[in-house]
Amino acid sequence: MAVNLIDRRLNPSGKSLPNRQRFIRLAKAAIKDAVARSIRERALGDVESKEVVSIPMKRIAEPRLRHSSQGGDRDQVLPGNKEFVRGDTLPKSKSGEGGKGSKGSPDGEGEDEFRFTISAEEYLNALFEELELPDLAKAQLKDTAVVRYHRAGHSASGSPTNLNLVRTLRHSLARRICLGRPKAADLAALDEEIADLEALEDRGMAFEAQLAEIEARRRALRGKAQRVAYIDPVDLRYNRFEAVPQPSAQAVMFCLMDVSGSMTEDMKDLAKRFFLLLHLFLSRQYQHVDVVFIRHTSEAKEVDEETFFNSRETGGTVVSTALAEMRRVIEDRYPVDEWNIYAAQASDGDNYSSDSQTCLQLLTEEILPICQYFAYVEVYDPRQEEIFLSSLNVSELWKDYASVAPARPNFAMKRVFSKSDVFPVLHQLFAKTRKAA
Amino acid sequence: MSSLLFETGEWTFDTLKRTYDAIQEIAVGEMGLDPYPNQVELISSEQMLDAYSSIGMPIFYHHWSFGKRFARDEAMYRKGYSGLAYEIVINSNPCISYIMEENTMTMQALVMAHAAFGHNHFFKNNYLFKEQTDASGILDYLNFAKSYIAHCEERHGIGAVERVLDAAHALMDQGVNRYGRRARPSLVEEQARAEARQTHASDSYNDLWRTLPPTGRDGAKAPGQAAARRGAPQLPEENLLYFLEKFSPQLRDWERELLRIVRNIAQYFFPQRQTKVMNEGCATWVHYKIMNRLYDLGKISDGALLEFLTSHTAVVFQPDFDDPRFSGFNPYALGFEMMCDIERIATDPTEEDRQYLPEIAGCGDALGALRNAWANYRDDSFIAQYLSPHLMRKMKLFKLEDRAAENHYKIAAIHDERGYTEVRRALASQYDPGPRDPNIQVTGADLAGDRRLQLTHRMHNDVPLAENDAKAVLGYIADLWGFEVELRGVGADDEVRYSYELGSSHPAAALVA
Repeated sequence: MAVNLIDRRLNPSGKSLPNRQRFIRLAKAAIKDAVARSIRERALGDVESKEVVSIPMKRIAEPRLRHSSQGGDRDQVLPGNKEFVRGDTLPKSKSGEGGKGSKGSPDGEGEDEFRFTISAEEYLNALFEELELPDLAKAQLKDTAVVRYHRAGHSASGSPTNLNLVRTLRHSLARRICLGRPKAADLAALDEEIADLEALEDRGMAFEAQLAEIEARRRALRGKAQRVAYIDPVDLRYNRFEAVPQPSAQAVMFCLMDVSGSMTEDMKDLAKRFFLLLHLFLSRQYQHVDVVFIRHTSEAKEVDEETFFNSRETGGTVVSTALAEMRRVIEDRYPVDEWNIYAAQASDGDNYSSDSQTCLQLLTEEILPICQYFAYVEVYDPRQEEIFLSSLNVSELWKDYASVAPARPNFAMKRVFSKSDVFPVLHQLFAKTRKAA
Repeated sequence: MSSLLFETGEWTFDTLKRTYDAIQEIAVGEMGLDPYPNQVELISSEQMLDAYSSIGMPIFYHHWSFGKRFARDEAMYRKGYSGLAYEIVINSNPCISYIMEENTMTMQALVMAHAAFGHNHFFKNNYLFKEQTDASGILDYLNFAKSYIAHCEERHGIGAVERVLDAAHALMDQGVNRYGRRARPSLVEEQARAEARQTHASDSYNDLWRTLPPTGRDGAKAPGQAAARRGAPQLPEENLLYFLEKFSPQLRDWERELLRIVRNIAQYFFPQRQTKVMNEGCATWVHYKIMNRLYDLGKISDGALLEFLTSHTAVVFQPDFDDPRFSGFNPYALGFEMMCDIERIATDPTEEDRQYLPEIAGCGDALGALRNAWANYRDDSFIAQYLSPHLMRKMKLFKLEDRAAENHYKIAAIHDERGYTEVRRALASQYDPGPRDPNIQVTGADLAGDRRLQLTHRMHNDVPLAENDAKAVLGYIADLWGFEVELRGVGADDEVRYSYELGSSHPAAALVA
């Protein structure tokens, strides 16, 4: 009876994946709640990590007909008696003693929530489930400068580097057989025969005739071998490649932020959350996402992430400088036909009034035509919420941008007051059923 | 040259094979165990988690509850709250044991001795498993179940299948036949019986009987009624799943088949629920013997023995009742202690043991006595038969009485002369499925009338059901039955203690919400 030792480690794991998917489908509502809550509560850098979801037991209970842990008469045998003798009594109120403690609460009602972890992937799926990129399809068709070559059969003409040797020789062989090109071995055999005959001492008439006949045959064969080429141009076959236009799989995201003194830490924090979510969202749609950070006061500068979010600077506010800087970066590094361009601008809405005109002009004439999407978020200090909630009380910049918005489907603007607004705003901007807002 | 089977903790297929052979030599050659052929499969921890969620079976149908189990186990494991089992063993022929790649070589040896020989021998020889499970057919059956359920999902939708499976899972504990079916008489026996009846009739013939007036029972209408009753349910019926499968007025054929699948699987696992202490005790005792024997033969090193002992003692640790770690009896501990005790009684008995267990005390053949116990008992009968006064004193067992009417607990018996019998009886009944599982039977189903289904819970010592669960399950039953359902709890005095009723209109939804 020999053992049958089997190594199963290389078998695909995740056998229970369908079970998990079913469970998650059941728990979906709870997951959505958890995701929405976590967006409000999570630390900034933590969006990619796993999420613990608690589900109220009731939804996923598996009830059984079982005895209650209370009521009725029951006997129990327990180990580890220390001082009891027969007839001792113990008060019932102290249920921790007497071995009754560890049974759990009656009916399992104390078991309030079922906790489990969903992976980052599942988390993001739930997060972005109802979002989509605006007008992606149209933009893709329009800008198809990038092509990728795919194998597409064979052709009779092409560059020598693409020569397909196997096919070429197969054709050559077929042709040689058809046209009866003599084989090298046949010629060699004749040569040998002639050599043998010539080596003979005793030559007679019959011998000469035989030699002449063989030589004639050899001449005929040689002639044929010369007329029928070993490889003829008609044999040649090349691997053919076809150019398939590729939708650009890369995107660049411009984060524009006003860092002038009027932006408080809280407001920057809100802006950062918005940028972070947008970045996550884009990363799921594109193979490669570049992020460009441009901050501006009265002049704009491209900076790295650290500086963008953390360093302070004072100065006035000229929004158009940021737009100009963005245009410059695009011209420098991001050809429009290769990159999908997204921009998100966060500001408290302050702007020099004389800048309005430049700003609008830059936006409508230069930026918007080449952008897939331009989102403007105006952030407010939570304390200002009451003042600015009404639509009458709007900033200069908001007023200017609002005049652009209706005509431009790829332009959207929203106001954010608190952390809990950030995700809903992103949701509204990218919702699948988005009207041209 | 060293005769060690392995030198380091790293295992290779070569050392596994050699160790297995050495273990087999001891287990089969020296101890006379009789296991199924073995199939040992190495898996990763991730696969172990997968296996957990499908109750350890290599093939299983899909259901969200397994996903839930997986989610919970995974979370516990990732956070380090709980480790994974070293092994899983399946009662099948050949017997499949999963062992984890993370185990050290010593642990692999321990696990092979434990699962591939201990559990395996128990599966093959215990009467419950022999009677109620089909080890060679289970994998084929699970394969069928999986593809059948997948087919149903394709055809009727996951939701429709889940609705039936949810309900069936809720009734799994009530979906088993507690007693093995009586063997069908063979044709020869049938003929012999018919002849005997004939002979009896002619022998005891007395013309006087003819003159008696016909009684109501076997009057003229009897034959027709008997024919009508042939298709009617035999009540009471304790297997609720069986009853619903056969007699539910509104289930479709595929739904009945789903109930049948769940019922068969419940039946397959039923013996394991009744033999936890024995099964683990047997496997633990076997691995303990084998590992020590390997050491005595010089085949494992001192270090390996120490490593083995560390994990062995952790497994058989039994906290006292007042220990915060206490959560009932550890079946490994109780089982192992009892097996060791039987060995002691067989080889080195005291006077007390001779009085208590005269048939095995001092017989010298510990293995013979153990093999007999493993084959012919289940947990409750095993404890009732073999729990010796010596062991009761060693574990300091005592019986605690909890009467609903009184506001204090009472120590009814302890490990002394007066208490042995009582403690033993109480512990045995703790493992008896009779009082342990609620006794719920179908007692009425007016199939010809309003089709109201009546269930009766014969309460044991007036212990009620967990109310919320019971109501939810009642919802599932009403859903499967399609008409009104009533559950009554009846005490020993035939008084109704409680009663739940439920109509059939979307009951599950109404109750669960």
